[in-house]
Amino acid sequence: MSEPSPFALEVRNLVKHYRVGGGIAGGGSVVHAVDDVSFEVRNGELLGLVGESGSGKSTVANCVMRLTEPTSGEILLRGTDITHLSRRGLRPLRRELHMVFQDPYSSLNPRMSCGAIVGEPLRLHGIAKGRELRTRVEEFFDLVGLRSELRYRYPHELSGGQRQRVGLARALILKPSVLIADEPVSALDVSVQASILNLLRDLQREMGFSCLFITHDLATVEFLCDRVAVMYLGKLVELAPRDELFRSPQHPYTQALLSAAVVPDPEEQRSRKRTVLEGDVPSPLAPPSGCRFHTRCPLEPRSAPQSSDEEPPLREFASGHFVACHLVAPGRPAPRIAEEAVKIG
Amino acid sequence: MAEPLLDVRDLSVRFDTDDGPVHAVDKLSFSLGQGEVLGIVGESGCGKSVTCMSLVRLLPETAVISGSAVFDGVDLLALPMRKLRAIRGRDISFVFQEPMTSLNPVFRIGRQIGEVLTRHLGLSRGDARKRTIELLDLVRIPSPERRIDEYPHQLSGGMRQRVMIAMALACNPRVLVADEPTTALDVTIQAGVLDLMRDVRERLGTSIVLITHNLGVVADIADRVVVMYAGRKAEEAPVGDLYAAPQHPYTIGLLGAIPRPYDGAGERPRLREIPGRVPSLRELPTMCAFADRCPRADELSRSQVPELRQVRPDHLVACFHPGPE
Repeated sequence: MSEPSPFALEVRNLVKHYRVGGGIAGGGSVVHAVDDVSFEVRNGELLGLVGESGSGKSTVANCVMRLTEPTSGEILLRGTDITHLSRRGLRPLRRELHMVFQDPYSSLNPRMSCGAIVGEPLRLHGIAKGRELRTRVEEFFDLVGLRSELRYRYPHELSGGQRQRVGLARALILKPSVLIADEPVSALDVSVQASILNLLRDLQREMGFSCLFITHDLATVEFLCDRVAVMYLGKLVELAPRDELFRSPQHPYTQALLSAAVVPDPEEQRSRKRTVLEGDVPSPLAPPSGCRFHTRCPLEPRSAPQSSDEEPPLREFASGHFVACHLVAPGRPAPRIAEEAVKIG
Repeated sequence: MAEPLLDVRDLSVRFDTDDGPVHAVDKLSFSLGQGEVLGIVGESGCGKSVTCMSLVRLLPETAVISGSAVFDGVDLLALPMRKLRAIRGRDISFVFQEPMTSLNPVFRIGRQIGEVLTRHLGLSRGDARKRTIELLDLVRIPSPERRIDEYPHQLSGGMRQRVMIAMALACNPRVLVADEPTTALDVTIQAGVLDLMRDVRERLGTSIVLITHNLGVVADIADRVVVMYAGRKAEEAPVGDLYAAPQHPYTIGLLGAIPRPYDGAGERPRLREIPGRVPSLRELPTMCAFADRCPRADELSRSQVPELRQVRPDHLVACFHPGPE
């Protein structure tokens, strides 16, 4: 590596298909979990990856972590291709990439004390032991806002929020350059969520790591992330800087997602026009042809028949704002779905 | 307000466990008017679900329930089980959070909805089937004639929740109790289910008790809101007042903890945190349950349990120092 990469993490044309059913000889069918997804996380950036169940967002995280093998595509960590590294080859790079999981109950070993859990990465990488290890663990307990005595406690003795802090301390103790956070606050109560989100933002500012933050909750993304990528049924449909995405969402799916989100303000909530999408998310076993959203798209009458024949490429609509929709071109924004629904209805 | 449809007075629920009693709900009172949507909000363990389960006595036998819950002139808590069964599922029906586990996986959905109709209304199987198709249509399930013969696993999460609502509406209930009905659903599906509940209230005049932790959902659909904390009512107000002028420091904390749309650019303001954790419910409180986490707590809060008092018309707060920030 001669030149340091401007990107902490690059995902190029990532594909993950799962074969289900069938036997050794083949047969069965294929789940298209992730199809040709590309994005990058810049150094020191918080990138939000948003989508509903089945969109493939967690599969992306698992592929990046090499917890599951991608079918094709490349994953670059600070410019180094890690897609095909062996477990041994991957080991030194593991220091650079850590993960926080959704469920703070099942992602901590119940038979280890919290201090041992947080110190384990240091031990496994042979970075510190004995007194030094203890000091580092204490330092990180302090950093994530846990009292030092909790080092001797076991996960079941802690509250959900405290456990998630343990998970965060474990992920950050090696000072990784990239943190993958998969729905880290979804299992927590509202008041606890707030403290974890504040903490994550503070730590990111302080330590400067890059973060791929995966969630279904738009409000969290708006609070935390610099840029936002939206997935639908295994495809990236839109990618934009935060303010741009929330102010002028282009892809009809992003528009629908934003219009469906509830805000804690009765007056505003009740005056909002919301567009309820028809039908269900199609099966990833047989994703629709062309644009995967065309079966539910309120703008379908305008883009047919192109939308069902041809897959829309992800194109730059405005500087740094990418959209995969036939109706959007540079300088030509998408029609608003709310107005369209009124016209049709 | 006219005579309430459901009037709950001094409801207490205690669980006698091996480790001693747990006071899940402590002297809770609330009422539900005809056609009203009442939101009951709170975080895990505040007693919101236990409250509603206790009304129709769906709790395990370790639960000791006291107080009264008068529905249409009869006290549900004093009613013999046989009579309660006739009301439960017919006049008062339920929608639960997890649509997959609340449906029986081995029966077709038509049979599950039909059972309610034959049992409570004595319909014949043919009539029950006809009515079931109408109900599926009412909850906007496409091609109900085909869907009626499907099994729960063949339906998506949103469709299953619609089936649950159809089942709950089968006997034209007067009260629908919905416990976190949209929590397991994606936002675009949630929007549809909320619209459906609103529609049910408007078209059928059903009163709804909506239990949720989601203040956005409450803002969307509730008329009046009860905020619960540690088994007690912390605050109660019409929905507009609660959000515009919350009085209890806990309510203020909760509302400040949610990230919300922000008009400016750049970094968002910090979210409000509520320090500390929920108190143990093992002993009955001798002080304000929120005192240890509250910026306004003083001697008084730590020596007495605050009673509910009225700060504005229809606005009740259990706090010695109520008021906006």
